[in-house]
Amino acid sequence: MPENSNLLEKIKHSLESQEQPTVTILSSLLSIQDNLHYIPSEGISETAKFCGKSTNEVWSVASFYTNFRFTPPGDNVVDVCWGPTCHLLGAQIIIDNLQKTLEIDGEGESKDGKITLKYNTCLGACAQAPCIAIDHYIHGKQDKNTANKIINEIRNK
Amino acid sequence: MELFEQLKEKSLTNWFKLNSSKWVRIGGGTSGQAMGSYKLYNKSKELIQNNFTDVNLSMVSAIGLMYLEPIVDITMPDGTRVYYGNVTLDEIEKILKQHLTKNKPIIERAFAANEKAANMWGIQNINDMPNISRQKKIATRNFGVTDPLDINHYIARGGYSALSSAIFEKSPEFIVDEVKNSGLRGRGGAAFPAGVKWSFLAPSKEPIKYVLCNCEEGDPGAFNDKGIIENDPHTLVEGLILNGYATNSSNGYIFIRQGHEIPINAAKKAISDAYELGLLGKNILGSEFSFDMEVSLTGDSYVAGEETALMEAIEGKRSTPRYKPPFPAAQGLWKKPTNINNVKTLSYVPEIVRKGSEWFKSIGTETTSGTAIVCLSGHIKYPGMYEIPMGMTIREVLDYIGGGISEGKSIKVLQAGGPLNGLLGEEAFDTMIDFDAMSAAGASIGSGGIIVGNEKTNIVDLLRNLIAFNQFESCGKCFPCRLGNTHMLEILDRMCQNQSNSNDLNLIQRIGSSMKSGSLCGHGQLGYNPILSALKYFRTEIESAVNGKINLTGVNGDGKMILPTRTRP
Repeated sequence: MPENSNLLEKIKHSLESQEQPTVTILSSLLSIQDNLHYIPSEGISETAKFCGKSTNEVWSVASFYTNFRFTPPGDNVVDVCWGPTCHLLGAQIIIDNLQKTLEIDGEGESKDGKITLKYNTCLGACAQAPCIAIDHYIHGKQDKNTANKIINEIRNK
Repeated sequence: MELFEQLKEKSLTNWFKLNSSKWVRIGGGTSGQAMGSYKLYNKSKELIQNNFTDVNLSMVSAIGLMYLEPIVDITMPDGTRVYYGNVTLDEIEKILKQHLTKNKPIIERAFAANEKAANMWGIQNINDMPNISRQKKIATRNFGVTDPLDINHYIARGGYSALSSAIFEKSPEFIVDEVKNSGLRGRGGAAFPAGVKWSFLAPSKEPIKYVLCNCEEGDPGAFNDKGIIENDPHTLVEGLILNGYATNSSNGYIFIRQGHEIPINAAKKAISDAYELGLLGKNILGSEFSFDMEVSLTGDSYVAGEETALMEAIEGKRSTPRYKPPFPAAQGLWKKPTNINNVKTLSYVPEIVRKGSEWFKSIGTETTSGTAIVCLSGHIKYPGMYEIPMGMTIREVLDYIGGGISEGKSIKVLQAGGPLNGLLGEEAFDTMIDFDAMSAAGASIGSGGIIVGNEKTNIVDLLRNLIAFNQFESCGKCFPCRLGNTHMLEILDRMCQNQSNSNDLNLIQRIGSSMKSGSLCGHGQLGYNPILSALKYFRTEIESAVNGKINLTGVNGDGKMILPTRTRP
């Protein structure tokens, strides 16, 4: 199965190419998700082997931090902020609208699988609220129309 | 010492050259990115490469006036400097070409200028802007001036001279005493005197000791920790090395949440540049002192900002708080003696060492020396990041720094210091900003975030948002926090949908007090604070919501709120 061995290769590369001196379960998982955008189940077992820990210990970490996901995301990940500043300035309306555009309830992938919608507790650009981020790149002063426009642009790319 | 003097001389020569050239500076950072400053930079780079041979371009730190972003400022060899705000991609070509070739600004597009240019062209002097003149810049002294990714800029502005003088001329004990005497209190929220904390760690003879810098900064509404790192990472790196020297520690960590690429990259670059120049590593600047530093990333978890949970995260585990004692100074990271400070706290240290503790003590109030770095956002005219002397009142900050409310309505509520702290109503606006006065008013400077809500803000809806955050971020270790937050959120949600009953107020107060007494860390102990303070300032409004008289429309939605609801497994 070439696809699977390719995945294993990428996981091993993610684990071994960590540059910082301190390597842990958490840093290993972050590195895998950075490269693959999710943690496949092989990522858990390989991290366990690499760190000399049980898969149970690795799962306990992976399931705790809310940024980890275990299925591949869409081509682009859209973070919408629901922090209090964005909330006061209309985040709920933006979220509601994006969900209609992407035809989803809650968080998750759009019907065409291209876009993942995620809620974010704070993107750190509160002075430009309300904010959304496309693959970590922040767009400030959004409203439902501008946010929809950005989404449609990346969708039709 | 000589090694450093050589570094400094080289940096200064380049710095003077740059300052007497045609120099275009574009403010960067996360907030700048949100307004397109990186796109503007790329376009400017292309324009300058194609049209000029004698123009320098830098992506510099954000000046803090975030409502004017993206900001472009141009220095000319004649010593004039002019600032343009809210610059669009369409007009940048015109601004650069006219200003740089004719040496004449587009006056109507400039929002401020330095004194010389202001007199020449009748543009407002930047130092006459109240939200500049009323600031006292210490930790943010390089904001808007230097390229944060260029260590030579930092050195030319006096950077690392505190470190050099400390390791060659001053004893570690002297540095601890200076920080103690300065009255510097922890800016992470707990306000514990930093020098006293350092003195717990210093005496230990363990060969491996850690000093940690906390930039988890999960507080919605706060962006000053990440702001310092992305806008002037070396002030933090120097502060942390000084922390290491003063406490005889061997290793430092800067702890940042994953995903915030701009501050993460700035911290990594600053550390690697400091290594390259011999400011980190073995025998720093040729001295006996050795110290290593690295960036440690965490996954998304607000509680990772709690000091012992942070240590768990660096060790790569679930970031849940530990029992104390043992305290970190005895047994912290990997069971070694450890000290932990917030980014802001450490960023004051180089200037305290350079200018002396008496100087720092002369700024601020009797009980809280120094400055507060406030992040203004919400319904305010001039949102941004400002460093103000402690002792200014909230009203002064809102009026002079923030320019008052946006769109002519009145200010009803402030959320200060993050979601574990309180809401403040109008009666509290004359409170002085210092640790003790703020906590007496039922809030805290905490993270420095001040979120402004206008008269249309619905208090119960805002509370639901804050408690939803606290519920989502509970680490789950202590059940009063895990379940208490969930129950409080259910009650607030009932209130917002007009399904509350008269028992709810009593119930929510009982939940709050069990959380306070039954939780290990601040997340559970303080999680009820927003409601407690709201009952002080907005009791009538909350009571009417309990009685089914809430009416949510507009930006508040129709009473329903789209939220993640879960607890950690």
